[in-house]
Amino acid sequence: MCQVGEDYGEQVPVGPPPPPLQSREQKCVKCQEGVPVVVIRAGDAFCRDCFKAYYVHKFRAVLGKNRIIFPGEKVLLAWSGGLSSSSMLWQVLEGLSRSSAKQLRFMPGVVYVDEGAACGRSPEDRAETLAEVRSILQSAGLPWYSVSLEKVFSLPQSVLRYFSQEPATGKSTYKEAVDGFIRQQQGLGTQGTEDSPSPNPGEEQLSWHGPQDAQSLAEPPTAAQTEAVSRLFHSVRTLTAKEELLHTFRTHLILHVARTHGYSKVMTGDSCTRLAIKLLTNLALGRGAFLAWDTGFADERHGDVVVVRPMREHTLKEVAFYNHLFAVPTVVTPTLDTKAPEKASIHRLMETFVLRLQAQFPSTVSTVYRTSEKLIKAPRAGRATSPSRPRCLLCLCTLDVDSEDSATAFGAQTTIAPSRRQPPTPQAQAEEPPVTCCSPGCGAGSAEREDLRASVIEQLCYGCRVNTKDLPSLEPLPPYVLTEAQLRGHRARVTQEIQEFLMEDSEDEVDTA
Amino acid sequence: MAAPLSVEVEFGGGAELLFDGVKKHQVTLPGQEEPWDIRNLLVWIKKNLLKERPELFIQGDSVRPGILVLINDADWELLGELDYQLQDQDSVLFISTLHGG
Repeated sequence: MCQVGEDYGEQVPVGPPPPPLQSREQKCVKCQEGVPVVVIRAGDAFCRDCFKAYYVHKFRAVLGKNRIIFPGEKVLLAWSGGLSSSSMLWQVLEGLSRSSAKQLRFMPGVVYVDEGAACGRSPEDRAETLAEVRSILQSAGLPWYSVSLEKVFSLPQSVLRYFSQEPATGKSTYKEAVDGFIRQQQGLGTQGTEDSPSPNPGEEQLSWHGPQDAQSLAEPPTAAQTEAVSRLFHSVRTLTAKEELLHTFRTHLILHVARTHGYSKVMTGDSCTRLAIKLLTNLALGRGAFLAWDTGFADERHGDVVVVRPMREHTLKEVAFYNHLFAVPTVVTPTLDTKAPEKASIHRLMETFVLRLQAQFPSTVSTVYRTSEKLIKAPRAGRATSPSRPRCLLCLCTLDVDSEDSATAFGAQTTIAPSRRQPPTPQAQAEEPPVTCCSPGCGAGSAEREDLRASVIEQLCYGCRVNTKDLPSLEPLPPYVLTEAQLRGHRARVTQEIQEFLMEDSEDEVDTA
Repeated sequence: MAAPLSVEVEFGGGAELLFDGVKKHQVTLPGQEEPWDIRNLLVWIKKNLLKERPELFIQGDSVRPGILVLINDADWELLGELDYQLQDQDSVLFISTLHGG
């Protein structure tokens, strides 16, 4: 644009400069009639109605294109109260209330995670936020679950396990599933007067109070738990590591809620702006191997519960405008990085970097974001994708660490740890029994602590290992993480021992035969 | 000489946290030589409303990237951004899209 002006500046007839856009005489690019209210995609001005149609269409198109959510499926919306997830919730509500042809056919529920403890908010502030959250969720009329971050201290180890997806019995294809669902609905429609498009939410709201597990999750946290969370977060040295830790715990809690209530999909509100920032942040955090999972449309790392990101085509600007123009309620909750300086964490720095670049070059976000679309979730060369492959204890991704034959600095670093896994020398074997029989609480020596750290680190991916360096002690971590780490370490050792015997046996057999 | 203006200034999306958590501010801009535009308004806000950490709201002579500006419920890009001349009873809304407000 600037060049055009420079090159032909002299040839342009001298006259009054064309009035800038400010006269508002410009019309909506879509309908050519309406008064434009928002500029999206470098210069396209949309009027209110066309913007709404565009926005809603985009949401539904993302779901339609990916064909991953089956009709009648239970979908948990992860709602933080923020702009994007609130907009997502309202898109779903709008989709449910539509006439049957365009109606969304899945069964949504909402989960809210109260993270106040990690940010050191006072009980009064948290109660205020919770009241606001409750009133919004009640007006939404979907089944909802509110979990506080403190509940990570009562999570079971099973959260960290991978469960392979149940085979889709009968409804093998999306098309068949849709047809089946429509037939079923029509059957229902003729039977009784089914006016409400989503008859179940009310019932579910009642039934979820039943299960014990759900009950314990819904209970308010004890002061001791709050104290434990804040001690843990206080001990972390950097804001970057705190953010990552919080993200990990939040994911585990949402996953647990989804599993205990039978949700097979979780929707998160990541917008395309957020995903572009996340992509670069994660690259900087050493999570390059998992970008496709961390930023893609569908994330199948947990096996039975798939995380989907239906807001990934909406920019934050669109989201903010939509929420404002159509009065979508949001809850502003201060979080870890609220009021933090721009260079406080890698997350913050990357956000500033991307947004500042975006202000000068409007296609920055979309270019970065398109990259995330092209990433392929291929297993590493020479490795099969079996559910039994070792997974990171924290982010639950398949481990990306090389234990052998790596020439990288990281490879050299990690070979120190796995040396423990080598066939034990007689000396090591002699030392083995006391180590394996000890539970984490049985002694508190520094050797014990070192051992705990080693057994946890061994089971982390590169990104999580780097992050864990900022935790001076791993003891404040919730028990489910520590116990699972010990269990896995123990199991690995036992498996190896057994394997040796098995190999010997088979060799013997071959020999004797 | 521009006459004094009565303008509604509003903050959302967490931007209000820098303003003592107050979202809506009904303000009267004093009469001054040059007409009031958004550029001047930002200077005025920095001096009179902003409670802390001005660098998290204003950078250079504009708002920090990631903060959206709506003038009378319309995108400020349609209205000339910083050069928009404020009218009496206008409403200006700042929405933060930044993480954590």
